[in-house]
Amino acid sequence: MAAHEEHHVVPKSVYFAVFTALIVLTWVTAWISTKDLGSSSLNVAVALSIAVFKASLVVLFFMHVKYGTKLTKMIVGIGIVWLLMLLFIVMIDFWTRTWMGVAGR
Amino acid sequence: MASHTAVATKAAAHSHPGYGELRHHFESHEQQKDSATIGMWVFLLTELMFFGGLFLAYFIYRQWYPEAFASASNKTDLWLGAFNTTVLICSSLTMALAVHAASKGKRILLVGFLVATLLLGGAFLGVKAYEYHDKWVHHEIPGDHFECEGCHDEVHTPLFFALYFGMTGLHASHMIIGFGVLLVLIWQAWSGKFTEKWYTPIEMFGLYWHFVDIVWIFLFPLLYLIDRTGRSLL
Repeated sequence: MAAHEEHHVVPKSVYFAVFTALIVLTWVTAWISTKDLGSSSLNVAVALSIAVFKASLVVLFFMHVKYGTKLTKMIVGIGIVWLLMLLFIVMIDFWTRTWMGVAGR
Repeated sequence: MASHTAVATKAAAHSHPGYGELRHHFESHEQQKDSATIGMWVFLLTELMFFGGLFLAYFIYRQWYPEAFASASNKTDLWLGAFNTTVLICSSLTMALAVHAASKGKRILLVGFLVATLLLGGAFLGVKAYEYHDKWVHHEIPGDHFECEGCHDEVHTPLFFALYFGMTGLHASHMIIGFGVLLVLIWQAWSGKFTEKWYTPIEMFGLYWHFVDIVWIFLFPLLYLIDRTGRSLL
């Protein structure tokens, strides 16, 4: 029955695996930032990808969203989309301003 | 309203009347807990947008003044930042284990992990305080006495530090608020308020604590790891 599924206890081994991944990735991202990857945007992309991956691990396992209800998953997803709208809609303006020699730049 | 609730919970009262019992407006314990989880997430989403505004300001100014941000970022201590990130992740682990202990009804273990979370959080803020002091000594705090040795764009460098202090400061204030909540939870856990059937406050605080961890997971690369190779400064 679904009622029993709800009281899901995540095994400790999952927490330790996630923890290890988070620690390793922290030092990897710090170390890789000192390496010249050929373009500074590539360095930024790598650093942010690692951060997004780490955050996903925390949300899914430490915050139990992977084992949560559909409604919880939907609310979390909408929140992330909302944040991306804030960031990207504004940044699209700033990124593209230099493309055209128009007033206001 | 208050008396109405009291009557409703009294009927179902066991060892702790009104605390963790099924409220009359919920159908089941499950639904009650799901509602708490959703409520907590909605709160965290408002927090996400709160921090999101600062992240947006950061992205805009970094886009405008990349050299200022790159040279100012190199003033932060990369390895100290990585160490502090490690400390915070450890506190997230102990928090997750605290929720686990609560779900098994292990009171002493729960208290132990909550105390460990508090201590690791304290260690994080200790390192942060050291870093702030270092910035203070080197006049890297925006204002009349601002100085940045070897910085490329002195006019706009204070913008980076303003965001640095604003974002890490808001993050630190969330941790300090967390300490207050943790102290209450430790006391409640110690006095046996939580059972393996009901430990919702522990779980909800866990969500908050992990959220604060996530904010730092993004602050670390954005504030500490910009252009360590000095490529954009050539």
